Amino acid sequence: MNMLIENIPKLFKASILTIELTIFSLIIGIFIGLFFAILRLSKNKIIFNFAYYYSFIFRGTPLLVQIFIIYFGLAQLDFIRDSFMWIVLKKPFACAILAFSLNTGAYTSEIFRSGFEKIDKNILEAAKALGISNLNTFIKIKLPIAIRQSLPAYGNEMILMLKGTSLASTITLIDLTGAAKHIISTNFNPVEVFIFAGSIYLFFTFLIHNLIKFAEKKMSHN
Amino acid sequence: MELLSFGNNGWGDELLRATLMTVAVAIVALFIGFLFASIIVSFKLSKNKILITLGNAYTTIFRGVPELLIIYLFFFGGSGAIMYVAKIFGHNGYIEINAFLTGAISIGIISGAYSTEVLRGAIQSIKLNQFEGAKALGLKKTVYFLKVIMPQVLRLAIPNIGNVWQITLKDTSLISVTGLVEIMRQSYMAAGYTRNPLFFYLFAGVLYLILTTFSVHFFNKLEKKYNFIH
Repeated sequence: MNMLIENIPKLFKASILTIELTIFSLIIGIFIGLFFAILRLSKNKIIFNFAYYYSFIFRGTPLLVQIFIIYFGLAQLDFIRDSFMWIVLKKPFACAILAFSLNTGAYTSEIFRSGFEKIDKNILEAAKALGISNLNTFIKIKLPIAIRQSLPAYGNEMILMLKGTSLASTITLIDLTGAAKHIISTNFNPVEVFIFAGSIYLFFTFLIHNLIKFAEKKMSHN
Repeated sequence: MELLSFGNNGWGDELLRATLMTVAVAIVALFIGFLFASIIVSFKLSKNKILITLGNAYTTIFRGVPELLIIYLFFFGGSGAIMYVAKIFGHNGYIEINAFLTGAISIGIISGAYSTEVLRGAIQSIKLNQFEGAKALGLKKTVYFLKVIMPQVLRLAIPNIGNVWQITLKDTSLISVTGLVEIMRQSYMAAGYTRNPLFFYLFAGVLYLILTTFSVHFFNKLEKKYNFIH
């Protein structure tokens, strides 16, 4: 028990990295997801297939593979090592964010896509009848409805991303899982550390859950 | 291509074996998950408050805590528990427990949390009058559960079981941290030996894509086969 109390500051410090990884990846992931969801609405086959296979590849492979390809794999290419990209890609933190946002972006694009597909056609016809321009229909009608409908599924994706950030510990970053593993392997007290670190994760999950609930309530008022 | 040849020069046969190992762990884990799910779902649907709380705790914890952390718990905790028992019998020193078993159990328990929700959803979507109908026909409880309820539950659950299988299959990649030689571990070893991580991790990605694509087709077929009512 004393071992755990000594290590609590370490676990809290590591939680900050977990929060940073989650928030950065989710924010970038939303833009990636929205971008690819819009591409999926395209009638151009090439654009559609590009978005389709992006989502297919990132959802069909484990996140661990993606993070290893970006962190260990890309470093092997000379043209990347020589370019400006290397300044970013040599840092494990940036690689983790890149892998996580590309991954969550793929899942988010599917969530938004089904949000767009579920929009009542009558609403769009009404917009047309009122003479609202295509762009305005998209920004003021389609997008808010799609976002509102995507909220519950997106909440799950946020929790999956929070859990996914634990893989950062495989590329030398000390996030909450990484710190927990380090403490377990030096002191050999897996159960206490698991309960403590697990509770922190569950607390974050609880926060996300309530955030989504709040957003759902707020958006259904309109 | 030489890197993938079979025999001593290439990694083809090793990677093939690793792929089979991934599939084996995933299948065992899925069934361990079913076992847990069928017990926990009966807790969740019972009227006993303690059992309901236990059931909810199980699904909340194992769906809310990272898979990697759970694997570390079982990996370090499992061997720790066994060493503790061995010490009582006078054996001192480090004992490593079987990586396959640790992996399959830890992934299985996570998979079970998702399966519980799938089963619960399927059971609750069966209309209550069927339970009454079975009772009116005087069917025994076990008979109506096995012959009336279960077939419908399984049919309804097929698409979601497919999703749980995909999650489980991808989660097995995390067992590589315990040293079990599945796709990721083998690729890691090959990448280190040949100093060609890009090729081997990309190839690992392709192997997973083949497995997940094949699974999607399999579950779609299964769904069509048993979807005779609509």
